[in-house]
Amino acid sequence: MAQMPIANIQWTTVCSESDLIPNLGVCALVDGVQVALFKVDDRIYALDNHDPFSEANVISRGLVGDLEGRLVVASPIYKQHFELSTGQCLEDETVALNAYPVEVVDQKVQVSLASVTVEAA
Amino acid sequence: MSRKETLVVVGNGMVGHRFLEKLVDAGGLERYDVVVFGEEVRPAYDRVHLSEFFSGRSADDLSMVSEGFYDQEGINLVLDEAIVNIDRESCKVETASGSIQAYDQLVLATGSYPFVPPVPGHERENCFVYRTIEDLEAIKEAARNSKVGAVVGGGLLGLEAAKALKDLGLETHVVEFAPRLMAVQVDDGGGAMLRRKIEGLGVSIHTSKNTKQIVDGEGAVHQMQFADGEVLNTDIVLFSAGIRPRDELAKSSGLEMGERGGIVIDNDCRTSDKNIYAIGECALWDGKIFGLVAPGYQMGQVVVDQLTGQGGNQFTGADMSTKLKLMGVDVASIGDAHGNTEGCLSYQLIDEEKEVYKKLVVSKNKKKVLGAVLVGEAEEYGSLLQMMLNDMRPPENPAELILPQTDGSSATGLGVAALPETAQICSCYDVSKGDLVNAVAGGCMDMGALKAETSAGTGCGGCTALVKQVLDHELTELGVEVKKDICEHFPHSRQELYHLVRVGELKSFNEVLEKHGKGRGCDICKPTIGSVLASCWNEYVLKDQHAQVQDTNDYFLGNMQKDGTYSIVPRVPGGEITPEKLITIGEVGRDYNLYTKITGGQRIDLFGARVEQLPEIWKRLVDAGFETGHAYGKSLRTVKSCVGSTWCRYGVLDSVSMAIAVEHRYRGVRSPHKVKMAVSGCTRECAEAQSKDVGVIATEKGWNLYLCGNGGMKPRHADLFATELDDETLVKYIDRFMMFYIRTADRLQRTSVWMENLEGGLDYLREVIIEDSLGICQELEDEMTYLVGTYQCEWKTTIEDPEKLKRFNHFINSDESDSNVVFVTEREQIRPATNDEKIALKQL
Repeated sequence: MAQMPIANIQWTTVCSESDLIPNLGVCALVDGVQVALFKVDDRIYALDNHDPFSEANVISRGLVGDLEGRLVVASPIYKQHFELSTGQCLEDETVALNAYPVEVVDQKVQVSLASVTVEAA
Repeated sequence: MSRKETLVVVGNGMVGHRFLEKLVDAGGLERYDVVVFGEEVRPAYDRVHLSEFFSGRSADDLSMVSEGFYDQEGINLVLDEAIVNIDRESCKVETASGSIQAYDQLVLATGSYPFVPPVPGHERENCFVYRTIEDLEAIKEAARNSKVGAVVGGGLLGLEAAKALKDLGLETHVVEFAPRLMAVQVDDGGGAMLRRKIEGLGVSIHTSKNTKQIVDGEGAVHQMQFADGEVLNTDIVLFSAGIRPRDELAKSSGLEMGERGGIVIDNDCRTSDKNIYAIGECALWDGKIFGLVAPGYQMGQVVVDQLTGQGGNQFTGADMSTKLKLMGVDVASIGDAHGNTEGCLSYQLIDEEKEVYKKLVVSKNKKKVLGAVLVGEAEEYGSLLQMMLNDMRPPENPAELILPQTDGSSATGLGVAALPETAQICSCYDVSKGDLVNAVAGGCMDMGALKAETSAGTGCGGCTALVKQVLDHELTELGVEVKKDICEHFPHSRQELYHLVRVGELKSFNEVLEKHGKGRGCDICKPTIGSVLASCWNEYVLKDQHAQVQDTNDYFLGNMQKDGTYSIVPRVPGGEITPEKLITIGEVGRDYNLYTKITGGQRIDLFGARVEQLPEIWKRLVDAGFETGHAYGKSLRTVKSCVGSTWCRYGVLDSVSMAIAVEHRYRGVRSPHKVKMAVSGCTRECAEAQSKDVGVIATEKGWNLYLCGNGGMKPRHADLFATELDDETLVKYIDRFMMFYIRTADRLQRTSVWMENLEGGLDYLREVIIEDSLGICQELEDEMTYLVGTYQCEWKTTIEDPEKLKRFNHFINSDESDSNVVFVTEREQIRPATNDEKIALKQL
């Protein structure tokens, strides 16, 4: 799925696309915020690295997979699942991680701290 | 009720104890203050499994009393104190030491005593009976200086006693008055087959032997002289010629007695005195003494109902069918085993090759099963017994019930579906099919849960196969798909996946997913298959195709803690470590400011390492000669040991060397769950091996191997699997055990739970591992040899690979550390800061 560049928001370059290994998360520091990045197929997802259940910064170290068709990452501490595209927690509908827009320009991975809800607007 | 009545119980054996448990369950302590007198020095223990005392179970293991049972309010247990008199006029009992106890209700559970034939010489030294733990201790002591032992009595208990003598290493003889073994339970054909099998085990059988006298022996302590002129020289004589009720107390107090002894009871289990009950082997109902525990338990229930005012339940006799394993030989007897019913028909099967004898007795019109004898194989016991008890109609040709099927499976039997709800499945704990059905409906979905909930199958174990059939049937009925799929991505159990990987020679998660799964996988199937791949091919776990399926612990080769830091555990094989290495660990801990703690497995855990620190810390450890301890893996953790014969004055074998050898052998082997082992240098058991998956205990004659123990949340005492092994056999058995567990266990199933759910249990496991009944032992050994040969220290491999080391950074775009990892100091070491502490620290 192609990702649409979004106008008027601040992008931060965090790494090369080739630094990301499919299905393995990494963590990037973006303006003091820890962002977990995942590359699945050819798309890159960005979520908070902070796990609200354990209060530890570990989401990037979770296992990626799919549950009933939704792409998710499992927190490595208490194993809750978060949807990669939205940050929604599958076990507790009141909890969601922030999901961030990502784009790749000249093989560079860029992240914005604008919430993806901006994308929807 | 203003005042509680006083209930006095005389006797604290199996039946007396179970009676009290039932009384407590029924709320009896609200009505009664209970005083219990036991003449032995210890509370109730399992006499049915007494011979296991000689194969390694201790007196504590045999105890039936759960901790604290007698401490509860309202039960006063007085041990080592016999009752010598009952004053029925004033309702008081008198103890041997002269104290007096008043009662409102009295229950006699005095049991029985072994009958010793009045043969001249029976009171000689080294002549024993076989009833209490004290008897066994005396026999054990005498066996030290003995070579030959003879048991008088070839019945059920006599053969048990013979097993005990055999276990003690004596040349063993059984002397029986009747012309065959187990004359009460089996017929001639069964007795002959039983004799053949037991002789095959090296026990000499002498039938039709009437012992005239016992005199000084020639080359042995005793000589037994028989009526037919033959003699037998032996060092020990063990009398096991039947039981007699312990009724002297009842007799002296004038209660009605049977002509040949026994306290007469009615259907309420009441004696001729309305305030006195009798239960178990001392009681005589309808002219019969019941020498099994199950009827005693039933009587106990009847009395509990009487005492708690529930009434209704009566004792109306008991089925004396029985199934047991005597020296490894299955023997079962059901109902009219001898075919005494008028006009009955019988069918017999004799298979001399397999040494199996089966007899079925049916009614004249072939509409009822009346009895059966099974020797050498007793699989049909459960179904035949149910058919008899529930008047179920046998097939047109009843012989089918005992004939082997041409396809090799066992005889037809009957489906559990046909059983009525009231059918008693477990006679030890009186569990009916209905009880099991309700428990399954209530959520017990596997054998472990069902046993824990209902106690079915936890007594003699004879009904286990039937319980499993009820479980499977009910799950299917409830529409609960007996689904063993590990997750939505694979329609397979872990066991099936292991097989698919092994047979298909699949080498990566993606290959397995492509061939047998769907979707992308998840945090359940990925690590499971990663573990299965490692169990089969033992490749480096961080190899590119494997890295993405590893849980974070396996991925960073450390144990993630609650704050996202990792702990580090270097391997310390057998818990043996040099001062130099201790210093290295100390220096690393100090230099990286790690929290240091000694683990339960005799090694040292270093906490609080950030992900980016792991490689440098491990470089120092590896350079100093350490290896990874796999504390993060589902694999062997430690092999704990005591110091053993090298230093300890009690040690009989070198437990440390064995522990180190075992730890080196199985280190790094990935398994369905973690595995813990231990080796003790003598039976004092300082390494606590009986709480481990694999426990090894030294004896003077070699190693005893215990399997499937567990500490932790649900402790399980390990089962004694094999005794007196040499080093080579010990390792061979552990190899086979480990690979069989790896092959067949569910995901994250410890060996203890695996064993609880293993059909056929310990006996089956022995057949597979010792007798090679499945013909797979060579395979299992080869597979383990391969794993041992391909071992590598994952940390050593990792620190030598710069590409892999790149992954050990918190940020991909910064060298900073995770600012959320904050420590405070407690008792001179770090610990993770709480949220409040973090806020306070920020404000500073």
